[in-house]
Amino acid sequence: MQEPASERGQRRRPPRGGVAVTFIQNLTLFVLAAFVGYEIITKIPTNLHTPLMSGANAISGITLIGSVAVAGAGSTTLATALGFLAVVMATINVVGGYLVSHFMLRDFVRGD
Amino acid sequence: MVSFLPEWVLPLSYLAAAVLFIQGLRDMTHPRTGMRGNMISSGGMLLAVGVTVLWLDILSPIVLLAGLVVGGAVGTGLAVSVERTEMPQLVGLFNGFGGGASALVAGAELVDQFDTARTIAAVSVDVTAAGAVSGIIGAVTLWGSLVAAGKLHGVLDTSEIRFTGDQAAKVVFLLVAVAFGVHIVVRPDFAAMLLETQWVPSYWLLFAAASILGVLLVLPIGGADMPVVIALLNSYSGLAAAATGFVLSNTVLIIAGTLVGASGLILTVIMCESMNRSLANVLFGGFGEETSSEEMDATYEGNITETSPEEVEMLLDTAQRVVIVPGYGMAVAQAQHAAAELAELLDENNVDVEFGIHPVAGRMPGHMNVLLAEADVPYEKMRELEEVNPTFSQTDVVIVTGANDVVNPKANTDDSSPIAGMPVLNVSEARTVIVNKRSLSPGFSGIPNPLFADDKTSMLFGDAKESMQELVNLYKENH
Repeated sequence: MQEPASERGQRRRPPRGGVAVTFIQNLTLFVLAAFVGYEIITKIPTNLHTPLMSGANAISGITLIGSVAVAGAGSTTLATALGFLAVVMATINVVGGYLVSHFMLRDFVRGD
Repeated sequence: MVSFLPEWVLPLSYLAAAVLFIQGLRDMTHPRTGMRGNMISSGGMLLAVGVTVLWLDILSPIVLLAGLVVGGAVGTGLAVSVERTEMPQLVGLFNGFGGGASALVAGAELVDQFDTARTIAAVSVDVTAAGAVSGIIGAVTLWGSLVAAGKLHGVLDTSEIRFTGDQAAKVVFLLVAVAFGVHIVVRPDFAAMLLETQWVPSYWLLFAAASILGVLLVLPIGGADMPVVIALLNSYSGLAAAATGFVLSNTVLIIAGTLVGASGLILTVIMCESMNRSLANVLFGGFGEETSSEEMDATYEGNITETSPEEVEMLLDTAQRVVIVPGYGMAVAQAQHAAAELAELLDENNVDVEFGIHPVAGRMPGHMNVLLAEADVPYEKMRELEEVNPTFSQTDVVIVTGANDVVNPKANTDDSSPIAGMPVLNVSEARTVIVNKRSLSPGFSGIPNPLFADDKTSMLFGDAKESMQELVNLYKENH
């Protein structure tokens, strides 16, 4: 079922007031997350900085959500093609990152 | 409308995913909880992606599935097959893919919205601005990471590659990228009107300029500064994802991306502080000195005491406490297994043995720890600089293997040296220091190391792996 393009755009970007309001809501999340990140990361020992990095790396693969949106629901062929490439890259990032972190942490535990 | 899920499912799932990411990172304080945290975090990812797939009208399910399968297979293949010694370049590579994906998504979304709105001017400002930011950061991350991974893997020249006007070139390409970004945001897209295309050429020109910038940023950076670069690129990949979140107005992208951005930035700061250098100096300043052979001779001539594995083994026989200080040389020689075995033997003979690890030893944050963990060194035997430094005065023998600048006392004594003020491991406070090195050649800083000429120090010349293995064999014979 194809829906009108305008509605499809709406579906991807929930309407929530004007541009400025949306931006400030997003900015709120950004600022709060930065503080949370600072509080958490400063407590992690240097021993575990490599698994932390690859684990964080995997989390940054959350961009996969965006890739899924444009690959699976893109309205133009070009957007779909770009989306496909983005899905491949982001999935490598997510799957590889989590696996590598897992292996490294397992090494640390095994030594004990 | 395919969606069979109520409207509130998506934002609620994103909230849950964000909480799971945060909890996953919180668990990273110890490897045991860390394993659980990694699972929790990946569960959050599965939830976020799964709900997104269910919620959207997937017009091209085959394309999506193919992308997921290909990406999953490649990611798994790399993670399973790559050696731990090659971890720095793998982390760099994954990082680059994340950044690249963010930039592509932002571009695709602009193309898509442009197609809907018919003119870029009709696409809302926050989308175009965030798209430009995501494009610049994402492209820099992708190409910077590829260059970093290439250098770490040895396929690119690992030394500092510089050319006349390279600083100016970086500025030029940054300005070009920003100019295209501004062009996307504030003016009708002349290029697109001229070409009558729908693919928002300004964005892709921005992407190209930022790609060149990413290459130029990392090319001049030499080996021992890699930990800073890897941490910084890690931060960028998060910020690129957060910027993409602003493009799509997607809460979980913003939260998760920002968490990673903060994490990478903190690691970057720690790395810089561990070298007592500013980030600007690492990125743009040259580092290290050319030392004349006269200066080397003045430091070393007549003051070098050589030792043999047999002598070192005898020292270890009478030692109560031993600290092993690993450096990048240990990684190159792959001596971690022999070093770990020596530590295990000492431990069995009731010697108090620990590893003293400098934060920037190696080519990425935590590099030495990963190698030692793979060689089954117990977690509590790895000591950070602040923990191990006060203990050297009660240490009988320190064995330095493949480290140089991080044990150079000049950092504390010589204000004019390039490593002045860098926190170092004060190994000369111990009763005896054994430095295992192939030769007296300087480290990354290019300066001589007075530690080698110290009365307490004996040089054990030779390959790290062979020397360590020889110590292990001798020790086994006598116990």
